Amino acid sequence: MTRVITGANIAGADDFYAELLGLHVGRSKLESDAINARLILLLANHIGDRDVLREAMQMAAAAGQPRNARDGEIPD
Amino acid sequence: MQKIFDTPLYPYHRSPDQDAPASQRHPVVIIGAGPVGLAAAIDLAQQDVPVVVLDENDKVSFGSRAICFSQRTLEIVDRMGGAGPMLEKGVLWDAGRVFFGDRQIYDFNLLPDADHKHPAFINLQQYYLENYLVDRVREIEAAGKPIELRGRNKLAAIGEHDRHVRLEIDTPEGPYNLEAEWLIACDGANSPARRMLGLDFVGRVFEDNFLIADTIMEADFPTERWFWFDPPFNRGQSALLHKQPDNVWRIDFQLGWDIDRGEELKEANIRRRLHAMLGENAKFDLEWCSIYTFQCRRMAAFRQGRVLFAGDSAHQVSPFGARGANSGIQDADNLAWKLQLVLNGTAPETLMDTYSTERVYAADENIRHSTRSTDFITPKSETSRAFRDAVLDLAEHHEFARPLVNSGRLSEPSVYDGSRLNGPDCADLPASLRVGAAAMDAPVAGGWLLDRLGGGFRLLAIDQDLPTAPDFGAVEVGVVELSAVDWPEFRQRYLGAARSALYLIRPDQHVAARWLGFDANAVRAALETAMATATAQKGTT
Repeated sequence: MTRVITGANIAGADDFYAELLGLHVGRSKLESDAINARLILLLANHIGDRDVLREAMQMAAAAGQPRNARDGEIPD
Repeated sequence: MQKIFDTPLYPYHRSPDQDAPASQRHPVVIIGAGPVGLAAAIDLAQQDVPVVVLDENDKVSFGSRAICFSQRTLEIVDRMGGAGPMLEKGVLWDAGRVFFGDRQIYDFNLLPDADHKHPAFINLQQYYLENYLVDRVREIEAAGKPIELRGRNKLAAIGEHDRHVRLEIDTPEGPYNLEAEWLIACDGANSPARRMLGLDFVGRVFEDNFLIADTIMEADFPTERWFWFDPPFNRGQSALLHKQPDNVWRIDFQLGWDIDRGEELKEANIRRRLHAMLGENAKFDLEWCSIYTFQCRRMAAFRQGRVLFAGDSAHQVSPFGARGANSGIQDADNLAWKLQLVLNGTAPETLMDTYSTERVYAADENIRHSTRSTDFITPKSETSRAFRDAVLDLAEHHEFARPLVNSGRLSEPSVYDGSRLNGPDCADLPASLRVGAAAMDAPVAGGWLLDRLGGGFRLLAIDQDLPTAPDFGAVEVGVVELSAVDWPEFRQRYLGAARSALYLIRPDQHVAARWLGFDANAVRAALETAMATATAQKGTT
């Protein structure tokens, strides 16, 4: 059963995306990596639910693969 | 001043065995008079199993080595009658600070646990523990217990036979032979016994070096554990400062892999590092310095025929989390009662296989914990470093990130989940004391629960009437009847929401089975399971 919300859930998607990119403007790769790591930890703590976190990690790993390789791996 | 580790504590004396016409056979011979070998010997001798301990040396170990002893170790040594001096000498601490770069990111205070007889841990140099255990050996020897400690007796060869081993021992007066029904190899990480038997020892080597400096100083540092990630005085590495008795401070510097050991061990270089850390005006003496690298690995099995491996000879972990000596003491605790039952014919020899399975399980748990600490302290990739640093940066500002900081996790006794010695469990009782767990201490009428239990099999009846003098067959079971009504911690830990319960406790104080109500047949069956005498084999462990 999918616990991670995979339908659109952010109001003002373009504004959110611009804010996310804005966070990294003018940063070095090292600084950006550090910010991303902190952001992941903050969000993970906010979610808290280990099942949701594990599923999100699996989905994040699988989504980078070609579509035929992930058929059946990402339930929607 | 002569140091304790300069004095021969068990000097060589000629044994009658060396002049016997034929080699003498002993029920149990232990190789190695370190904390694990001594603990096993005391435990066995107190149960009247004759035991001979051989050590190639005649002194306690040099340098502090293991310095942090856990509550479970204190409980076990207390049962052996040796915890008093440990508690008297040991340093109690409950506060600590964590630094990242040039700043303190947080401090912590582990609230003292007043409802256990023993503290969560104490700091004490290993040589003191060994000294106290040797004192205890002398006490029980004087009281007539069958225990013998032979210094400068070095194992030279082992011959394996079906029902015994044959040993060749070197002494200052030449070699002699001995036989043992059981051999316990507590001869350390480089175990000669393991090597002589050609047994493999696989695992992960960590590519890192640590400099330990035992530093004597009259410092104003509080009695706290200080841990530095990436400090200015040791860039890119870590450092630890921890208080021991006698104003000795254990200082650990992570050095990295590619180092010149000879250079690093020069006193001038060590002093330069310490001044960078403690300040240019710090005054100190160096008691002991060493460079170590560590491995996380274990033997495939801790029993090989009539040879049992315990402590570092069987398994090694990183030093983070104080799991080396503490898990070795628990090996001894697991081993002694089983060997006693096998030697007196009550239990079958296969009971010793469960020593291996239960302690392999514990070793895997310890290796997992200490590997995780190592991976946090020494990130293995750019990404793992990014997350590690992210945790530390967040921990400075947000409480949520602090549990993720891992500079060593407190050692707690393993729960032997899935052991074939486990009897029936009861889901209505608290899960933390499930079958396989070590009994938890609690205040009870007349003192502390673990003191009331002591050693041997025990049937702990809580708010429950038992028939007078129930008979459980082959083995003696002490009945301990207690009420939890006026004892909230005892009630919370052992009953939860239940009103009464019955726990069958093994001699190492792990829970063997538990029920809500008494049934003599069920207790008898659980006892047979706990001693591996039950004919039906269940489980896989």
